[in-house]
Amino acid sequence: MPLTHSEARAAKPIVQMHGVKKIYERGKQKVEVLHAIDLDIPQGAFIALMGPSGSGKTTLLNLIGGLDSPSEGTIRVSGKQIDQLGEDELASWRASSVGFVFQFYNLLPMLSARKNVEIPLLLTKLSAAERKRHALTALELVGLSERAEHHPNELSGGQQQRVAIARAIVSDPKLLVCDEPTGDLDRRSAKEVLSLLQALNASYGKTIVMVTHDPKAAEYAQSVLHLDKGSLVADPPSDAKAEKRA
Amino acid sequence: MKFLELIWAALNIRRVRTAFTLVSIIAAFLLFGLLDSVRSAFAHAGEGIPGADRLITAAKVSFGSPLPQSLQARIQTVPGVVAASYGSAFLGTYQDPKNLVPVEAYEKHYLDLYPEWYIAADHREAFKSTKTGALAGETLAKKYNWKVGDKIPLQSKVQQQSGDTTWTFDLVGIYRIDNPNLKAMEGILYINWDYFDEARVAEKGTVTWYTVKVRDLDQSDPISQAIDALSANSEHETRTQSEAALYAEWGKQLADVGLISGSIMGAVFFTLVLLTGNTMAQAVRERIPELGILRTLGFSRRLIMSLILGESVLMLMAGSVTGLIAATAAVQVLKAKLGPSLPMLPIAADIWLRALAVAAIVGLVVAAIPAARGIRVRIIDAIAGR
Ligand SMILES: Nc1ncnc2c1ncn2[C@@H]1O[C@H](COP(=O)(O)OP(=O)(O)OP(=O)(O)O)[C@@H](O)[C@H]1O
Ligand SMILES: [Mg+2]
Repeated sequence: MPLTHSEARAAKPIVQMHGVKKIYERGKQKVEVLHAIDLDIPQGAFIALMGPSGSGKTTLLNLIGGLDSPSEGTIRVSGKQIDQLGEDELASWRASSVGFVFQFYNLLPMLSARKNVEIPLLLTKLSAAERKRHALTALELVGLSERAEHHPNELSGGQQQRVAIARAIVSDPKLLVCDEPTGDLDRRSAKEVLSLLQALNASYGKTIVMVTHDPKAAEYAQSVLHLDKGSLVADPPSDAKAEKRA
Repeated sequence: MKFLELIWAALNIRRVRTAFTLVSIIAAFLLFGLLDSVRSAFAHAGEGIPGADRLITAAKVSFGSPLPQSLQARIQTVPGVVAASYGSAFLGTYQDPKNLVPVEAYEKHYLDLYPEWYIAADHREAFKSTKTGALAGETLAKKYNWKVGDKIPLQSKVQQQSGDTTWTFDLVGIYRIDNPNLKAMEGILYINWDYFDEARVAEKGTVTWYTVKVRDLDQSDPISQAIDALSANSEHETRTQSEAALYAEWGKQLADVGLISGSIMGAVFFTLVLLTGNTMAQAVRERIPELGILRTLGFSRRLIMSLILGESVLMLMAGSVTGLIAATAAVQVLKAKLGPSLPMLPIAADIWLRALAVAAIVGLVVAAIPAARGIRVRIIDAIAGR
């Protein structure tokens, strides 16, 4: 008997981390930034990752997104083990499997919104016309169709971040990793961006892992993970109490 | 090429710097084109001479040392030789010591060996029949505004029997050389050797060179050897070679234009490499975070490397093409202004090829190190701006 959709999700986490350590070497000094992390993230989840500055949130997120490799442990994303992949394999895996959103949008300033969104598609076999069509669809999804030909410096921070989100989803990855996506935005723009992420999660089934310092932002997620000094902890450290969504 | 847009955008974002760099690349290749046009004018000086079935016999010690006039008859006995004639050369000045006029004194039948020199039949005849007659090249006549019928007084160090330092000739005609490679030779004044030899004091009965017409150019080597054998072990040993070979040798000798232009080019390109290298290094350094993003999105190191190299090569190619177009125009303007005798050839296909090859190589060389450095940065450091 086939599993139901929700059972399938529960049975197969999209991210599985086991005993993941990350050690940075500063000169001769070795610093263990993540201590043996075990973490499963269910398919379709929207998770907020919180914790004090320097606790290793970005490091963990980069490992999930395949931007960096762990010093120890295994990481599987959508069933594929990525911790042993080489530079090039990892690059093409990222291109097809993960979307990235950063605090400072990181758009290329000399390209229009649409061209920015098209960048990941340059690595595919799509024709120019198809690339354009896909990019416009993604921009429509983030509500910026009419800004397609504008350059980043002609857009507000919130709009730029929405372009960045369009770029992250244009190749239709299942997983989005967002590092403080609202960290540079005013409240209203932050709300727009968070609602957008929520919609992508709810309507398009994107699994989202979002690092944030802002408890209000974390409220948009279904669950919150707390990281403290490189370990996942059950309760938020006292200085950064996050409230559960009502 | 879908990535061209990214490359173009990268150049476009730092428009002012790109423009400055481009201007210096253009200047470098303009100079490259001009120098190469001069260099190849000399290098090709001996080429394309019609009627190159001629050999030149001159003194072995150095071109210009006197040879006995009596050699003419002996050369004519060498099998394969159709005709032999001779000439002497000296330098005169016209009105001002700065106005140098090269003069060549020819034996009566000398010009018969040069049917391709255009001389109107009546001028040719007048030259033969006028003892003090002279023929001026079109360029030379134009330069001093000489007309047929003019008396041409030249100053010269070559002494005359009369003791006069002024040699006076009657301009009886104008000649024209249509071969662009030899246009510079239109600056010579032709006079009659008989008159010259009669009037001078020293070195009477000697000539500077012999021009020898052969029946079959393929036989020129044995014929040359036979001619040189006539004077072997004498006080005036000769060296005979084809006219084309002689011109080519002169081209090389003329202060070795190739070497000079080569060293100028060396200096220019050294500067160009430093300048564009610096531009590229700066461009890559500034864009490390951007390159990090591209890699985050799945661009491989190799692809990023190609984009940076492509950017640099594109810049140099654009500059070199523009520079050579400017050089082409400049050669035309200079030729129009300074006359056709200017030793410059139009920018030829081989100059284009060489320039584009140089542009590509410089482009790759100057970008390789910054690019290698740019992609060595770890992605996480690049996007964190570390
Ligand atoms: N490339 C690196 N080399 C050396 N140390 C690093 C590197 N990246 C991060 N670290 C260190 O690892 C620790 C965790 O860094 P990380 O960026 O993951 O923290 P974070 O939780 O994202 O902090 P923040 O909230 O300030 O962004 C910090 O002490 C940091 O100094
Ligand atoms: Mg961080």
